[in-house]
Amino acid sequence: MAKPSTFFNMVSTLFVICLVSSAALGVASALTKEPIAKAALAKRITAIKQVLPEFDNEPLSESSTISVDGGSVTVYPAKKQGKIVGIAVETFTLKGFNGQIKLMVGLLPRGTIDKIVVLQANETPGLGDKITAEKSDFSKQFFGKDPATFMLKVKKDGGSVDAITAATISSRAFCDAVTRAYDIYQQRFRK
Amino acid sequence: MAYILMIVSAVFVNNIVLTQFLGICPFLGVSRRLSTAMGMGGGVIFVLTLATIITYLIQKYILVPMAIEFMQTIVYILVIAALVQMVEIVLKKVSPALYQALGVYLPLITTNCAILGVAILVVRKQFNLTESAVFAAANGFGFTFALILFATIRERLELLNIPHSMRGVPIALILAGLLSLAFMGFAGIVR
Amino acid sequence: MSMWKNFTKGFLRENPVFILVLGTCPTLAVTTSLANGLGMGLSTTFVLVMSNLVISALKNLIPDKVRIPCFIVVIASFVTIVDLVMAGYFQAIHAQLGIFIPLIVVNCIVLGRAEAFAAKNSLSASFVDGLGMGFGFTLALAVLGVVREALGAGSFFGHKFISGDGILVFVLAPGAFLVFGYAIAFVNRLNKMMSGGK
Repeated sequence: MAKPSTFFNMVSTLFVICLVSSAALGVASALTKEPIAKAALAKRITAIKQVLPEFDNEPLSESSTISVDGGSVTVYPAKKQGKIVGIAVETFTLKGFNGQIKLMVGLLPRGTIDKIVVLQANETPGLGDKITAEKSDFSKQFFGKDPATFMLKVKKDGGSVDAITAATISSRAFCDAVTRAYDIYQQRFRK
Repeated sequence: MAYILMIVSAVFVNNIVLTQFLGICPFLGVSRRLSTAMGMGGGVIFVLTLATIITYLIQKYILVPMAIEFMQTIVYILVIAALVQMVEIVLKKVSPALYQALGVYLPLITTNCAILGVAILVVRKQFNLTESAVFAAANGFGFTFALILFATIRERLELLNIPHSMRGVPIALILAGLLSLAFMGFAGIVR
Repeated sequence: MSMWKNFTKGFLRENPVFILVLGTCPTLAVTTSLANGLGMGLSTTFVLVMSNLVISALKNLIPDKVRIPCFIVVIASFVTIVDLVMAGYFQAIHAQLGIFIPLIVVNCIVLGRAEAFAAKNSLSASFVDGLGMGFGFTLALAVLGVVREALGAGSFFGHKFISGDGILVFVLAPGAFLVFGYAIAFVNRLNKMMSGGK
């Protein structure tokens, strides 16, 4: 039968259970810390490889982070034999339909967008989630374009981007994130 | 202005029950009568706001400085459970009338995933203290609004002749689906 | 009750989702596709089995009045472990399920089984009960996931079988309620037919 519910029994049982759980979680957290960090790094490096041409340096170790507009943007220079072949910019927007969207934008030295992948988004399935390349060709219209001539705004707002049907907010947010990446690229590399 | 948008968004556009799927159990469980729906709603608004503020402070001043964010789930749920107990005791002493009205719903609130859900969401959305409090209160109102709406329709539903296997939960879920469909009409009012 | 009966009761007769209508929040939220439904179902099964085991083992050591807080701590620990492991090894599905992983803590199925079964039964029976209920939950999520994915996106397990979009509303919020509602009605009817009703 269960132990009697005396004050001492109750407090000691709860205390011991909490202690054991915390210890177990401490161990679990320590064990998973490295895989979690590795998974995050692997995700970044795969994204950089997807958005830029071939490179042979380690962009992650040469990255720099800038705080801007209430978030942070990270710039990864990709080099081949010491020469810059492109810049990957990890950018964000807070204007997504369900909060933050994170993109990896690849920019070539001459100022054109190479490719873009979505790192993190919480957009509505079937509508806003078409910003990802697997779901629709929306993001592909940016590939190879120069934002100097290709206006990074949806057509409704006077830009050059075909918005996703019924997901103008997500489309605008996507443009916002790409614009942020391009602005930072302009400031830092093409003064 | 930002707060007004946040409230409109939480109550109509991203209604916690009908689009975020948090707090479905009480939504289905206590929506048979309008009076019980209002009692539950009142309890949720109160506990949700209080719990979110407290867990926010714990996160900021205990978990993050000590680098034990992995304890989040366990600490939050214990805080919520303790808080509900405390509210129950205080209410009994201070306002027996209010206790009469809310008393029976309080224990149910611990396992209402809307409470834990919102407490975790404000951390993930990186809100500050005021934003968190407003967000929590707004979501409480959103929950109550949906619950009252639902209860008024369900009261009328009892008078109808419904196929046997559809009675009870199935027809309630289909009703919720139609309500959710109606709420989709609010999409786009605010981002 | 035999072990086999104990194991299979969660599949249909006492299915936690369709009959007992517990754990509705994750059921509605993550069944946009089969993969998500399976991910959620298996995570919950793990928590269910482990917490059932531990609680059954400790049932004689826990004073009655503090049993619920103790159960919650045990459950929350396993949920956190699942959360950490998934973040480390199953990034994609972890991102998809998002906030609903920590919310396994307040899934009424887990606490319900701890209180109604594990706190009263032997270690082996509790293990089988957790496994059976977990599979029942996973099965329900998988069924809803398949239906919603097929209707809403026109695909099965991520493979498209139609060109273009599906009937979008089924992967959105209203579709979750509608499909779940009809699924319960269908199971009700099925149960009645099996028990010899009209």
